[in-house]
Amino acid sequence: MNNKITRNIMEIFAITLVAFFMVPLVLVVFNAAKGNNEIIASPLSAPQNWMNLIDNVANIWNNPNIRYSQALFNSVIVTFFSLAGITISSAMAAWVLVRTKTKVSTAIFMMFVAAMVIPFQVVMFPMVKWFGMVQNWIGIPMLRSYFGIIIAYMGFGSSLSIFMFHGFMKSIPLDIEEAAYIDGCSKLKTFFLIVLPILKPIYVTILILNGIWIWNDFLLPMLVLGKGTPVQTIPLAVNNFAGAFVTSYDLLMTAILMALVPVVFFFISAQKHIIKGMVEGSVK
Amino acid sequence: MDKDKRMQKIVFWLFLAPALISFFMVQIIPFVIGFYYSFTDWSATAQLTLSFVGLKNYADAFKDTTFLYSTIITSIYTLLNIILVNFVAFGLAMLVTSNIKFRNIYRAGFFLPNVIGGIILGYIWQFIFNRFVPFVAGAWGITYLTENLMLANSRTALLALVIVSTWQYAGYIMMIYVAALQNVPRDLIEAAQVDGASPWQRFKAITIPMVRPAFTVTLFLTLVNSFKQFDVNTSLTGVGPSTMFMGRAINGTELLAMNISNTSLILRNTAMAQAKAIVFFVVLVIFSLLQVYFSKKKEVEL
Repeated sequence: MNNKITRNIMEIFAITLVAFFMVPLVLVVFNAAKGNNEIIASPLSAPQNWMNLIDNVANIWNNPNIRYSQALFNSVIVTFFSLAGITISSAMAAWVLVRTKTKVSTAIFMMFVAAMVIPFQVVMFPMVKWFGMVQNWIGIPMLRSYFGIIIAYMGFGSSLSIFMFHGFMKSIPLDIEEAAYIDGCSKLKTFFLIVLPILKPIYVTILILNGIWIWNDFLLPMLVLGKGTPVQTIPLAVNNFAGAFVTSYDLLMTAILMALVPVVFFFISAQKHIIKGMVEGSVK
Repeated sequence: MDKDKRMQKIVFWLFLAPALISFFMVQIIPFVIGFYYSFTDWSATAQLTLSFVGLKNYADAFKDTTFLYSTIITSIYTLLNIILVNFVAFGLAMLVTSNIKFRNIYRAGFFLPNVIGGIILGYIWQFIFNRFVPFVAGAWGITYLTENLMLANSRTALLALVIVSTWQYAGYIMMIYVAALQNVPRDLIEAAQVDGASPWQRFKAITIPMVRPAFTVTLFLTLVNSFKQFDVNTSLTGVGPSTMFMGRAINGTELLAMNISNTSLILRNTAMAQAKAIVFFVVLVIFSLLQVYFSKKKEVEL
């Protein structure tokens, strides 16, 4: 009996706390459906007319100061291709590093792992300079281009991804691969047809970890893509917009809401995997 | 046999190439270039030649009051963050591992802020501190808060940063504590209960020692992440309201990462920014070595 009462109290306490945690997000939804005057008059009440939300969203979608539709498209392209690049290149690298037992192989692996302590601040300015030099030498656009930023994410994502793939692959028995060789499978075929499918649990984790980082990242795209250039991702676009329109809270809240929706929707649809993946990635 | 070995070597480098090339492009080559540039007069404005200036940039960085100020407030911010984030996270973890009904929903709720980007979060909270707090304070008659906006004073703005970081990060650290708390064997607690140990005694003698290894992880995670804070700093406070430090006006909430960026982006002194970044890097390496040292020590004890 006594136990039941404490349990109910705990339950109510937990619900109150979660509600308290959600207040900032609820405020965004409420205020995205108001006009500026209504926000100033009552920032915490529910909106008088939810139809305002549609007008505000339509406004942000095409607003030349944020170009949300373009930014959404860019974010999707950059995240998708960076993830594909990171996952395939890191899995390939980790595989040969696990299966080759030489000093060179160990040294390369150690180099990838050691690079995890390098903060972005140390390499960011020289990287931009170096990208500019490469662009001049070989004519491939590295700055303000999809290509440059995808290469950058592949490079920065490789350390943790190779480390995690490496840890997982060590536990896969050699027998399966050897059987494939005997059946006349080439290395390439073995990798794509035999090894890659076994890696599924770990590449889900790697996709989530890198995906959330890339989608939300701000400083790297700001330096590689530049501020206010044609190719902007969502965090950059919101930053540009907020910098110029601090006083029109209705549109700012709508822009924030629209930036939140993809992430929150993704989180709700796969929260178990996301929480597990993000925690696994940290404990390394 | 020889041909086979050569083939293996080719496959090795071929498979390694995409990861290795991109890794060199953004980490190794820039790291080496950056190290060299920190000893030159590299600037963000166009220049034809670089001249070697020795340790001048490092000397300038250490003489720079903004760098000193940023180091101090980043340390304060980091310390407050470590305490508050871990305190809240541990409390939440205890709550969501107790036998309440919807604990998975609560966990997801507390975790959610962590998947939202720092830039977006900062703007949400800017609205809260600038509009929502004064409005609520006004309704309750707390005139102090309506007249003094939290973000308008460098000290309270730093506190605001700590509040937002805790909101963002506590749910994440909570999950690490949850994993540790779930490893505490139930029968151990039940045995203690039978022996008449009070909840506080059980907590102190069983729970705390059992989750101690998790503390090493969470403390260093919050330490390193707070130290590198940039995104929320950018969108919530920016360089902040100016304040007086060592007899000059200075940006009130410019944390280290932002100070490094602005040294190049605003002052155009990229060489000094690079020297500061290398100092920043050395500090982080020391943190990492300490973490390795402490986790190794724990392993021996167990």
